[in-house]
Amino acid sequence: MEFMSTHLLTSILFFPVVVALVLLFLPSDQQKLIRWTAFIGSLIPLGLTIWMWTQFNSTAAGFQFQERYPWYDALGSSFHIGIDGISFSMVFLTTLLTPIVILASFGITDRVKAYMMLFLFLEMGMLGVFMALDLLIFFVFWELGLVPMYFLINQWGSPKGEREVNSIFGKFTMPSRNYASFKFMIYTMAGSLGLLLAIQLIGVLFGTYDLLTLYEKWTSLTDGTLLGMPVAQVKTVAFWAFAVAFALKVPVWPFHTWLPDAHTDAPTAGSMILAGVLLKLGAYGFIRLVLPLYPAESAQYAGALAFLAMMAIVFGAFASYGQTDFKRLVAYSSVNHMGFVLLGIAAAAASAGTMDAHIAMSGAVLQMFNHGLSSAGMFFLVGVIYDRTHTRNLDDFGGLFPLVPVYGTIMIFTSMASLGLPGLNGFVSEFMVVRGAFPVLTVYTALSMIGLLFTGAYILKGIKKVLHGPLNEHWAHGEHRLTEINTREILVMAPLMILILVTGIWPMWILDVINKAVTMLF
Amino acid sequence: MQLPILSVIVFTPLVAAVIMLMMKPTMKTEVRVTALAAATFDLFLSGWVYFTYNMQAAGYQFLEKYSWLPQLGISYHVGVDGMSAPLVLLTGVVMFTGVLISWGIDDRPREFFAFLFLLAGGVFGVFVALDLFMLFFFYEIAVFPMYLLIAIWGWKVTREYAAMKLTLYLFLGSVFSLVGALAMYFANYQMHGVLTFDMLELEKAGFPLLFQQIWFLPTFMGFAILGGIFPFHNWSPDGHVAAPTAVSMFHAGVLMKLGAFAALRVGIMLLPQGALVWKDLIFGLATVNVIYGAFIAMIQTDMKYVIGFSSVSHMGLVALGFSTLTREGMLGAGVQMFSHGVMTALFFAAVGMVYDRAHTRQIPELGGMIKPLPWVGVAFIIGGLVSMGMPGFSGFVAEFPIFMGVWKTQWVVAIAASISIVITAAYIIMVIRKVFFGEVPAHFEGHITPISALDKVAIVTLCGFMVALGVYPALMTPMVSLGVQNILRLVFGGA
Amino acid sequence: MSLNLMAILPEILVLLVGILVLVCDPFFKDENRRVGLGWLTAGGLTATLAISLLAGQPGQPASAWGGMVRYDWLSFAFKMFFIFAAAITALFFMDVDKLGRRAEAYVLLTASTIGMSLMASSSDLVMLYLAIETTSIPMYVLSGFMLDDQKSTESGFKYLLFGAMTSAVFLYGLSLVYGFAGSTSYEVVALKFTSLNIVSVGVLFLILVGLGFKVSLAPFHFWAPDTYEGAPSPVAGVLSTASKAAGFAVLIRLLLVGFPAMAEQWQLTLAIMAAITMTIGNLVALAQKNIKRLLAYSSIAHAGYALIGLVANNELGHLSVVFYLLAYILTNLAAFGIITAFGRIAGSDEIRAYDGMSRRSPYLALAMLIAFLSLAGMPPFGGFIAKALVFAAAVQAGWYWLVFVGIINSIVGVYYYLTTMKYVYLYRMEGENEESFPIPMSRPYVIALVVLCLGIIMVGSFFAPWFDLAGKAAMGL
Repeated sequence: MEFMSTHLLTSILFFPVVVALVLLFLPSDQQKLIRWTAFIGSLIPLGLTIWMWTQFNSTAAGFQFQERYPWYDALGSSFHIGIDGISFSMVFLTTLLTPIVILASFGITDRVKAYMMLFLFLEMGMLGVFMALDLLIFFVFWELGLVPMYFLINQWGSPKGEREVNSIFGKFTMPSRNYASFKFMIYTMAGSLGLLLAIQLIGVLFGTYDLLTLYEKWTSLTDGTLLGMPVAQVKTVAFWAFAVAFALKVPVWPFHTWLPDAHTDAPTAGSMILAGVLLKLGAYGFIRLVLPLYPAESAQYAGALAFLAMMAIVFGAFASYGQTDFKRLVAYSSVNHMGFVLLGIAAAAASAGTMDAHIAMSGAVLQMFNHGLSSAGMFFLVGVIYDRTHTRNLDDFGGLFPLVPVYGTIMIFTSMASLGLPGLNGFVSEFMVVRGAFPVLTVYTALSMIGLLFTGAYILKGIKKVLHGPLNEHWAHGEHRLTEINTREILVMAPLMILILVTGIWPMWILDVINKAVTMLF
Repeated sequence: MQLPILSVIVFTPLVAAVIMLMMKPTMKTEVRVTALAAATFDLFLSGWVYFTYNMQAAGYQFLEKYSWLPQLGISYHVGVDGMSAPLVLLTGVVMFTGVLISWGIDDRPREFFAFLFLLAGGVFGVFVALDLFMLFFFYEIAVFPMYLLIAIWGWKVTREYAAMKLTLYLFLGSVFSLVGALAMYFANYQMHGVLTFDMLELEKAGFPLLFQQIWFLPTFMGFAILGGIFPFHNWSPDGHVAAPTAVSMFHAGVLMKLGAFAALRVGIMLLPQGALVWKDLIFGLATVNVIYGAFIAMIQTDMKYVIGFSSVSHMGLVALGFSTLTREGMLGAGVQMFSHGVMTALFFAAVGMVYDRAHTRQIPELGGMIKPLPWVGVAFIIGGLVSMGMPGFSGFVAEFPIFMGVWKTQWVVAIAASISIVITAAYIIMVIRKVFFGEVPAHFEGHITPISALDKVAIVTLCGFMVALGVYPALMTPMVSLGVQNILRLVFGGA
Repeated sequence: MSLNLMAILPEILVLLVGILVLVCDPFFKDENRRVGLGWLTAGGLTATLAISLLAGQPGQPASAWGGMVRYDWLSFAFKMFFIFAAAITALFFMDVDKLGRRAEAYVLLTASTIGMSLMASSSDLVMLYLAIETTSIPMYVLSGFMLDDQKSTESGFKYLLFGAMTSAVFLYGLSLVYGFAGSTSYEVVALKFTSLNIVSVGVLFLILVGLGFKVSLAPFHFWAPDTYEGAPSPVAGVLSTASKAAGFAVLIRLLLVGFPAMAEQWQLTLAIMAAITMTIGNLVALAQKNIKRLLAYSSIAHAGYALIGLVANNELGHLSVVFYLLAYILTNLAAFGIITAFGRIAGSDEIRAYDGMSRRSPYLALAMLIAFLSLAGMPPFGGFIAKALVFAAAVQAGWYWLVFVGIINSIVGVYYYLTTMKYVYLYRMEGENEESFPIPMSRPYVIALVVLCLGIIMVGSFFAPWFDLAGKAAMGL
């Protein structure tokens, strides 16, 4: 216990790996054992996180629970981790969603061991990003998260669908899950390249990768020339290198095209974690790296970022409305919702230090948290119905509410959270973002409202197509008779719904932590 | 009395080769077991050397010195420093896995393993040599078995051509370096009146600037040919393609490092002023290597050519790192030698396993191999991740500092060379996508037999090193840093 | 024993061996003759070697027999080489039809050995000429020994004609030397030929023609391939090793003792000849289809490499020549021994006949690999260190261009040596049933080849004692 309390973050970070290694040595045919081991194992980091919360001093400035170990001394990089309020909320989201997602995957029967191990590795990768206080460590975990996700989509993704691909080896068709996973991988890697180069530049300049040091040194470097160019110019380029890498992950229009493909072909649990946590990595990158390292550039280009955010909100909503595939609809909704996060960040960047900035930023972080809950829930619900009907085409459904009233209720509840119904969590965060952004970026915020309008439209369209309207008789009788959502699935949804409701009614429980951190950050 | 552990490492394969040659040609299993025993023993010893190297003391350790030809100052002088200790370990690993992978060779396994071990002995000898003459002696021993191994057990289509091309290139290079070495030897004699090939002595010789400028290029390039430097890289992909699996592993995994290492030891460390003068040229050539190699790799349709050209590209990074003459660059290059060695050994092992079963390496003709060969697929993917510099794997640990070194030297090149990372990712993913995923072509159904337990051991060993190093770079970087410090001290003077 | 006797102790012993062979010949029954004669000669020569090494080592260089011969390490070392080569060759003789059963062959071999030994030690022009003829005449006979084989006859006759002609030229040169110096002693010659003039250059040229023929330097190498091809393989082996080394011994002594003042001239001449020799030898070897011709050209090339050490003309250079010859004798004897052993069974010396040899006899193939790699100059075989020393000497003396030519040539050499090994290891016989065509090896061959291969490896990896020997020889003029 003594060790645990002094090494709390590392315990949380690496416990999933320990569980994964335990799984490795369990017999492959004991699927039940593997599932439960993974589930219970993943509850422990959650427990530790909650315990950490009790220790967390939300009024203290700076990073807490810091730990530092030698890692790559030769380059001046150490394994330095620590959290503040913002990262805490993300760590909490991750450790919360992982057991839920594992519970949601109990239906998986194909290579359960590898599947569960990948999820646990994925959890480790994501937690690492949220905890890293060293630029190189950040990058390591940033890229590392890609690999398990790639395989989850690639191997356990939806087996249907084919894509024709042109390559130097000629034209050939491949399962679309392979296509989607490659696209996901290549997009993210290409996006990270600029980040990598910029990190190298910073490392070469200062001989250290420690973020706390770099916050000081890199921002105070304003005069003179670098690489034969004015510092400002170099910094601008580096800023965009960072920004593009993170924008790709968020994803922001026009870098979002990988997302619907990845979601469509990912397994349900994969989509949940992808929408729930992975997308937050990009936004977190903006908050943790871009804003503190490039305050001047961020302020300067806040307009451009806001424009991208606005486009994401509007086009995300339109695109979502246009979908006939239930999962794609939800996927585009993520683009739409994450747009608000970026809008909040842009507003905070534009007006750093003001009240507006604090509100917008707090809203953005809260929106990240909220979207994590609701999108995970939505994807799960899509998965639930897909498991039973093996179709995601909205036109194949209709009038299902009488058949599955519990499912219908849960779905309406979650959709409403996503829509931003007051009293549920989405409203709080979106309101805060808009409140913070409006005085600063009035035009963009106003235009984003169009998107908000269509958010309502596409969500209602989804509900209508699935639950209401004339009953599709196909699902009412015989072997196709739609079965009700089962207990396990309700158990998956329960914590999400509770948190959605609690946050909607009393957001201060988490907003307090976030807000203090945000105030101290700027 | 300390155990002569390095000598044991060097001579174990040689003795094993002789023992195997003594056996009857029909005793195939016995030969294999002997080979495996010797390789395991060497792996153990090289690991021992690696992990007991005293970091505090630094410098050359496990020294042994016996006079060999005292009249000419030739001695049998061995020792390892931070640069060579990882390479010794690498050789041990590749030798061990190479034997495992080659278990199935049925055509004259006795000769095969004997030649392979001769090669291994030569390689070990070069990595531990602290005497210039001894270095050449073992260098040549390492080169000529390649010819036979490729020509006899290689790919029928190109083996004769490739084997001869390889041998001639390497021999040419080494003889030029030899002349450079002799020139140093006599220059040292003229200056100090001592006949010695001892590199520790020659390091201190302080050759005149002009002498260093003249002799650096032939000496360095002679060795760098084996390191696959542009425009003398041509032998390398052909050689890779034609060689049997274990030999490809040795070739790309260890032999190319031999060139880079010798170029460093003899070229840069003995003629540091020459290195300062010529570094820009080397830098430029290496840049071409990195980018050009990646592009060529991308358009290959033969899996082995893909890996072969990617080796050219990756070895270019090593040369690039050396030529920056910065701490980071050289550190990265040192780690890259190990990382690339293990990675490419794994690649060739995986390709070999696919080829043995599918009898083609043409990427368009393959598909869906991960279903019948999951281990191979995973191995290839891990190798691919290392190759594209994915953090958490050894490739990142190696390439990152190289790029930092390049930033310090010429930032434009850093950006230009980073293109190679994307290209690498692209072609690796394309190969993985086509070969391992998708549908298994109908005519392969049922023909793809699973790999053996020995193959699995080999794969796991190689993967283990890449992951361990990637997760915890401190396993190797402090040691390499020590070696780098010594080199930079020679180049720039000071403590 | 007196100095005079000590000086020619090996020759006396070899002569005794020859006489013994003649005397014992009639006592052997026909079916035992091969065994008896062969072992007798080889054993006798080995005993000679042992006795000489134990009892006959020279101390300070001294003249004997009224200045006719020198008793020094150079001559002693070369004598040991020759006797060793002769002993090995006797073993190779044993299983060659029409050679192994004839006492004459062994006696001619010993006679020739005596001649070579005297060549190495003679320090007088007359003695030198006598020694050369003593070496050559038995060789002419041995080359043409196979009377019913046209090629062998041609070989012997060609060798005789060329030999006689160059011998005449050489003799003419010697007579001029005598005419100008008034003496036939090397030391006196050295005192007289101190300045450069038309006569001295001409004399030098005539002598180089004669000796160039013996060591087959271009452009006096034409006899070698035809002779080697036709002569019985073991004889070709002697011709290409001991006989060539004897020529070198003479070159070293004559040039260094007799013409030290004209060093610059003969260095340059020899450098050019070395370059041409290496290049011609290697390039023409590329095109050969017959293994004996290939080895003939390769041995021409090797004469060129060895000459580099003499061109360098420094301590290391002289030493390296001796060392080179030692390694080369071992290596080339092994190569010809293998050809003898293989050709006896396969009945052909075409390179194509070597297809699949490694499957027919792995150990013979391995021996061939060792010999050929040593010829190519690869460690850990003698050829590597020998070549390295020669090049080192040239680098030390600043003959960079010659080193460069040497390098290019050794690469060409690598090419054809390895190509030959390709036939042995890679290609297969028609029908791919090598197992049914084994190559039985008789005991003499096994012994000889094992000794030679071990020798090659010993010279190539534990070189200090051999280096010492070569050093003593080179210093002890």
